[in-house]
Amino acid sequence: MATQMNIEQARLTYALRLGDNALVLGQRLIELVTHQPELEEELANANISLDYIGQARMYYSCAGELEGKGRTEDDFALLRDSGEYQNLLLLELPNGHFGDTIVRQVLFDSFYILQLEALLGCDDAGLAEIAARAIKEVRYHLRHVSLWLIRLGDGTQESHARVSQSLLDLWRYTGEMFSGDAVDDCLRDACNGPDLARIQVEWRSNVNAVLAEATLAMPEDEWMIGGGRQGVHTEHMGFLLAEMQHVQRACPGASW
Amino acid sequence: MPRGELVGGIVISEQRTSEQSLEAQVWAWLEEVADPEIPVLSVVDLGIVRDFRLLLNGIEVDVSPTYSGCPATEVIEQDIVTALESKGLAPVTIKRLLSPPWTTDWISDQGRRKLHAYGIAPPGQGVSKRELMGGTHSIACPQCHSLQTTCVSEFGSTACKAAYKCDDCLEPFEYFKCL
Repeated sequence: MATQMNIEQARLTYALRLGDNALVLGQRLIELVTHQPELEEELANANISLDYIGQARMYYSCAGELEGKGRTEDDFALLRDSGEYQNLLLLELPNGHFGDTIVRQVLFDSFYILQLEALLGCDDAGLAEIAARAIKEVRYHLRHVSLWLIRLGDGTQESHARVSQSLLDLWRYTGEMFSGDAVDDCLRDACNGPDLARIQVEWRSNVNAVLAEATLAMPEDEWMIGGGRQGVHTEHMGFLLAEMQHVQRACPGASW
Repeated sequence: MPRGELVGGIVISEQRTSEQSLEAQVWAWLEEVADPEIPVLSVVDLGIVRDFRLLLNGIEVDVSPTYSGCPATEVIEQDIVTALESKGLAPVTIKRLLSPPWTTDWISDQGRRKLHAYGIAPPGQGVSKRELMGGTHSIACPQCHSLQTTCVSEFGSTACKAAYKCDDCLEPFEYFKCL
């Protein structure tokens, strides 16, 4: 897209997209609280989801300041409908089985960590500050889920077969991470923000290294599904929001 | 403490002395504000209170949050406000500082000793980056000091801790992770 984008608008949209990714993934992981296969994973999952929700709060606060209309983090999280959410489709998919959840997170965290590294050096001070905070947490998350993927992939015949299938099922959602639009172009060119083409190369190499250790093959690229970053979601998104937002929708302004 | 007009040498030095003592007093009051999750540690031990400024009216305190999702962040901020207000420093304003991000390297030596005495292995110093990148170092058991310990879970009862067990005395213990 060659349209000249207003820098302020691009920064706002970028902050919201980061917040939406973090919140939607955090919400999906919170659904798994009390459903994990072992106690240690219960602790890990709850901590990881809390980190994402905490990060979402920071991105939304930043967005609220950029927008300047007095919207709070709660307004962004609880009072927007799916068309206004701009998260990656990968993150709103139902959790599936444990292997699906782990594969989704390895694919996303491998991308997110590179996005955060790039944001550390960008000219948007607000996003760079949040990235500096978030990147340390995401390093822990990525290490944790990578170890699981290696254990599952290089585990039993059954675990290997199941995560291989998870990888095939989710691969078509990975293209969306790298299909930039005017917002990404603007942040890259005007604010020294992430360069998705460069990130994609590094992502492939990093993911390939984990997959190799997990004795899993990297799937062939096929047709990639997108739309989340433009507000066009899967049918799962409405259910996710309904659960997350229903108290605020039923009792507007409720607080405790 | 009013940081009023400086009208003469004597006044300046007197004011500076009293301000210095008030500042020391404020740090002492902040030392009494405990972390709600690890009550042996004060917010000063944790290194999350970065600085404060005495204003003509009230005080402004710089606080660095620890983990993004730490549910204690708001409680800690409210506890600081309550503590300083009770000492007559109202209004107390909290300024949340994201940058530079809090690191466990900011936990004071006193804080590390308190953690150890409480049964939590303190974080290593200056090894954060290596550890985050996958390197590890031996964590000493806070009970028997053995270095023969095993990580049971990378994530623990709070965001900041991992679960360990000692292979010698067999006691489970918590390790304050490097961040």
